[in-house]
Amino acid sequence: MVNNYDDRKIVIGAIIVLIIAVFIIKLFTLQVLSNKYSNSSNSNSQRHVTEYPARGLIYDRNGKLLVFNEAAYDLQFIPKQSESFDTTELCKILDIKKEILIEEINKAKKYSYYKPSIIVKQISNVTYAQLQEKLYKYTGFYIQARTIRMYPEKTSAHVLGYIGEVNQKKTDEDKYYTSGDYIGISGIEKSYEKELRGVKGKKIYLVDVHSRIQGLYMNGKYDTLAIPGQNLITTLDAEIQAYGELLMQNKIGSIVAIEPKTGEILAYISSPTYDPNMLVGRKRSKNYSILSQDSLKPLFNRAIAAKYPPGSIFKLVQSLIALQLGVITPETGFPCNKSLVGCHDHPDAGCIRDAVKMSCNPYFYQVFRRIIQQGKNRSVFRDARIGLDIWQKLAVSFGLGKKLDIDLDGIKAGQIPSVKFYDKWYGKNRWAFSTIYSNSIGQGEVEVVPMQMANLAATIANKGYYFTPHIVKGVGDNKKPIQKYLKKHQTLIEKKWYDEIIPGMYDVVNSPGGTAHQAKIDSIKVCGKTGTAQNPHGEDHSVFIAFAPMDNPQIAIAVYVENSGFGGTWAAPIASLIIEKYLTRTIVNKEKEKRILEADFIHKKYETNN
Amino acid sequence: MRRTIRIIDSIDYITVGLYFLLVILGWLNIYSAVYNDEHANILDVSQRYGKQLIWIAASVVIIILILLIDSSFFPVFSYAIYGFSILLLFAVLLFGQEVNGARSWFQIGELKIQPAEFTKFATNLAVAQFISSYNFKLLTLKNLAIVGVILLFPAALILLQNDTGSALVYFSFILVLYREGLPTSALVIILFAVIVFIITLMSNVLVASVLILTISMLSFLFYRRKINEFLKATLLIIGLVLVFWGVAYLLKMNLKIEYYLFLSILISAIVFFIFAFKNKLNYIYVLGMVVLFGIMYSYSVNYIFTEVLETHQRDRINNLLGIEFDPLGAGYNVNQSKIAIGSGGFIGKGFLQGTQTKFDFVPEQSTDFIFCTVGEEWGFIGSSFVLIIFALLLIRLIYIAERQRTKYSRIYAYGVISILLFHIVINVGMTIGLAPVIGIPLPFFSYGGSSLWAFTILLFILVKLDANRLELLR
Repeated sequence: MVNNYDDRKIVIGAIIVLIIAVFIIKLFTLQVLSNKYSNSSNSNSQRHVTEYPARGLIYDRNGKLLVFNEAAYDLQFIPKQSESFDTTELCKILDIKKEILIEEINKAKKYSYYKPSIIVKQISNVTYAQLQEKLYKYTGFYIQARTIRMYPEKTSAHVLGYIGEVNQKKTDEDKYYTSGDYIGISGIEKSYEKELRGVKGKKIYLVDVHSRIQGLYMNGKYDTLAIPGQNLITTLDAEIQAYGELLMQNKIGSIVAIEPKTGEILAYISSPTYDPNMLVGRKRSKNYSILSQDSLKPLFNRAIAAKYPPGSIFKLVQSLIALQLGVITPETGFPCNKSLVGCHDHPDAGCIRDAVKMSCNPYFYQVFRRIIQQGKNRSVFRDARIGLDIWQKLAVSFGLGKKLDIDLDGIKAGQIPSVKFYDKWYGKNRWAFSTIYSNSIGQGEVEVVPMQMANLAATIANKGYYFTPHIVKGVGDNKKPIQKYLKKHQTLIEKKWYDEIIPGMYDVVNSPGGTAHQAKIDSIKVCGKTGTAQNPHGEDHSVFIAFAPMDNPQIAIAVYVENSGFGGTWAAPIASLIIEKYLTRTIVNKEKEKRILEADFIHKKYETNN
Repeated sequence: MRRTIRIIDSIDYITVGLYFLLVILGWLNIYSAVYNDEHANILDVSQRYGKQLIWIAASVVIIILILLIDSSFFPVFSYAIYGFSILLLFAVLLFGQEVNGARSWFQIGELKIQPAEFTKFATNLAVAQFISSYNFKLLTLKNLAIVGVILLFPAALILLQNDTGSALVYFSFILVLYREGLPTSALVIILFAVIVFIITLMSNVLVASVLILTISMLSFLFYRRKINEFLKATLLIIGLVLVFWGVAYLLKMNLKIEYYLFLSILISAIVFFIFAFKNKLNYIYVLGMVVLFGIMYSYSVNYIFTEVLETHQRDRINNLLGIEFDPLGAGYNVNQSKIAIGSGGFIGKGFLQGTQTKFDFVPEQSTDFIFCTVGEEWGFIGSSFVLIIFALLLIRLIYIAERQRTKYSRIYAYGVISILLFHIVINVGMTIGLAPVIGIPLPFFSYGGSSLWAFTILLFILVKLDANRLELLR
């Protein structure tokens, strides 16, 4: 077979010869002419060493150290480089069993002959010192310096969170992390991970065939320095935080205290809590499983994740909405008609101030009825839809029923029921005020988290606005504030209406017949509101929100104690102790303090259950 | 008429000898690349070198089977084998093992099979069968399109498996088509396209456009062979450049030189177009098309590169062109590979003495980067020896191809040459920094059962066809 293209075999042959010739010339320049590569033939094996930056430190608002780093050392092993060694001696230094060492070495070999595996994690300083002297005997073993977190105050576990080894999913997503790196898993360790972690550095060493370091690869041209993480200044007051945790011992619930002028969180207690030092280092996984199996759920972040009925403190919101809408005036009075809704014995409230003071349930039943049934439509069903829609918009402006943009992970929105919500639940036009009246006194479908209650107290203290509550005040050496927390959020209620209910809140604490005389402090004008949230599962929850001093509020607070009874009995005195401690740094009424410290609702509950 | 010849007498022993030389050298280098003290025995089947020996033994069985099959089997079953391999590609996309985001393996117990490897010889058979069919004319649109489909269908399926390297192999068949009559201009156009591609990526679309315009102008003037036109054109361009530069200077605009050049050449090109149009010079239309398509092509390359390609693919191409020097990123592999090969020097460090390839500094050293081990341990002498063996094999295959008496056998032979050449160029080129990092194996050398068997089948079908060439007198 012949065709006209026979001479093309020459072209194809020429192409082949040409390509191979070019390759051989290139090889000649690489291998013979260029000494860039061939000169370093004995010493250009490289070892990559990651330099881990120190994680940023965390301080309280007064510069007290909350979190610092302590050096810890990981023993690494590269199977390919190892020679036979004295296992007994190494085990003795490390204080581990020989079988464990052999198992770890086999595991490392299975993983990779060339890449380092961690044999023993977080060796103590003392062991490190002993090991360092003998390390030359153990080729293939290296020490990698790391740091672990320490918490000198032993408090604020839920705020600070913890760090742990990064998971596979994260290393796939984010190239910065490699297996074995630490990452913030909860709390501000998580929300400020990027600021705290710093930037890893890298050193490339040249090693000879015996893996002895000969110097830096290309004189360190490709090395990078580790940049330490930035420090965080938190808004917490370590003293108040510790005092709050002490007061909440043997109780389940939360305390959140906020500086109203800034939204800075002064204290953040979710009880029961735990010592953050438990979730550090080699004991972390063991302690974690103990904590996560605890029936009291100490890992549960109640202050932002526990949704509760607000109880009577919600009457403040109802009053403000009603006044703003003009459906009542400050002088409106309603009789305490217990046939509408249950109440305790007290005189009829003739004005809003007295109604707040005495927390009259039928009064607020009437208030809420006027909000919902404004008579804008002849059908009670359609009228309720119009009323609820207006009510919901105003209530949400208090930061209720939506997630506050706090710098902690896992905050819940709570609930301010909307028209859509009830339509879905009951069907369109199949619900009216009579269906939803429980919300008038903070029961029913209204749900809030303790953070929102504290924010409500701060909003009232500010007479109409709030700053989103937050934990971090400043980042880095120049204490840079976080922009989004400088933004003022205005409620849809005019300032003058706050002036009408604040005297009522003053009476709650200071006037005879008020529901929270236990919160009274002689030297400070405290304004507050009690709540007793009904709870189908057991005793009522005790609720109290407050702010003080009345004329220039420095602190706003919410206290929620589960299954303890009336708001005035437990939550109110706890709040007053925190306020007093924060404003005066002392406690005058030691009796009050003693009674709270001795109260135990956890073990009492167990006794009754058993 | 059919003569029966003893197969054992008519085999091309030069080809067979070169094949076994490459396979054995490959095996020794795999041993060296993954050697560790605890498994020092080269026959240890828990290690890659032990396994490779099993694959080699299996290859011998495959060779015997191929030589025993009647040689008419291949032309008869070409399409069937092709169809079956396409089915396997579909099957692996649906039921294959997913490794690193690519579905390209079947796992049967210990054995992993990569269908894409076997599709190469199957496609080669189909192409040979189609082009050698009776009264076939290559240079019709329909026939070229059918050849294109035969080649690009498996390529597309392999691309879906994320195996870019194995998909690109099918473009090497351009060499087969060239041998069978594809015009030389087609090869030139491809070369032009590659140059524009590289210029676009190395600098930008504007520079590529200037280049395209300049080349077309020069070729036009060269074609006209009139010195005064050439002078006028040059003066026009220089004049325009000066004018634009002057205007930009007065307006205090700080533009890059490419813009002046582009505008000047564009205007001159328009002037020449009008001139050519008036003088009824048909050649100018072809040039106009070249310019238009060239610039459009340059733009689309730029678009695909910045918008369509994924980061790692972009990095690899960038790295090849030396655009981003990033020794610990995408270029790290190539840098390490060059250090390993360079450290071999003239005579190498000796068998098992390589340090670069020992400490896992070179990735994939027993598969895609096996040539590093050769370069480091056997030096310039060893690595050029291996390249020369490959060259000898390819030249021998051209010789074999040309002595075939059927078109079918000759086309198949050139298919073998094209596939092998492509693998050698990309694989070796990648390790010495002359080709992008595309993961394809070095034929007969790299570790892996699928690729060794596929290359063995590919080559020995040709050996079988060649051995029986004298039986068929047409």
